Amino acid sequence: MVTREQLEQAMDQRFSKEVYEKFKQARICIAGLGGLGSNIAIMLARSGIGTLKLIDFDVVDITNLNRQAYRIEHIDRPKTEALREIIGEINPYIKIEVIQKKVTEENLAELFTGEQLVCEAFDNPEYKAMLVNYLLEQQPETIVVSGSGMAGVGSSNRICTRQKMKRLYVCGDEESDAYAGMGLLSPRVSICAGHQANMLLRLILGEKES
Amino acid sequence: MVRINGEDIENIEGKSIARYLVEAGYDSRRVAVERNGAIVPKASYEEVIISEADTLEVVSFVGGG
Repeated sequence: MVTREQLEQAMDQRFSKEVYEKFKQARICIAGLGGLGSNIAIMLARSGIGTLKLIDFDVVDITNLNRQAYRIEHIDRPKTEALREIIGEINPYIKIEVIQKKVTEENLAELFTGEQLVCEAFDNPEYKAMLVNYLLEQQPETIVVSGSGMAGVGSSNRICTRQKMKRLYVCGDEESDAYAGMGLLSPRVSICAGHQANMLLRLILGEKES
Repeated sequence: MVRINGEDIENIEGKSIARYLVEAGYDSRRVAVERNGAIVPKASYEEVIISEADTLEVVSFVGGG
């Protein structure tokens, strides 16, 4: 068994100890564990974020394998549990809290009160707007990093991170909607996930601008 | 003059946020709106009237994740 100390020493030591200490103390809540959320959670776990709260109601479907972090062995299992297992194989010392529930208007307060860094990674644009509006209206201390616009095979370079509001960062091209005829593929979804994960790390290190 | 998403827009003062969103082709269920640096609560879109020198930021979410 690899120990916590071994894993900590195996981090890129060209960064100072303080950087990893900040990551270790940090807590990030990820809402939605699809193509964005599953990949973001793994990137944050690899970076040594101390606590991840993972929220999703769904189970892994065979149609998720084209872009989400799951494997055939995870089909029909809750995404929360599958992702907990995958992260455990990368770094078993990351604290993982899972909530297997659908986020609704009614349970927003129960699920997000006290969360200071929230990663919005839903699929449905109305749910994206619901969560972002709730957090900006009701939780004045919370910063949100959201994903919007990563469908298709358009130029990778159109996917950006923008600070759209005081406490809202949006990653994506903000245009490429997923619909019949334009689906989601691993590369652009992963690029967008990388933007979101990096912005979250930047916020933890005190970098406020996109 | 009102500034919306970084562009100057004329003749919009006096309209509600709700009316502006419809006229500009937004689906209000998919947006978040900031006015002069403060989030506009969804429940207030009908009541909040755009005034001279306002700065608005409208974020419209698209599907996929």
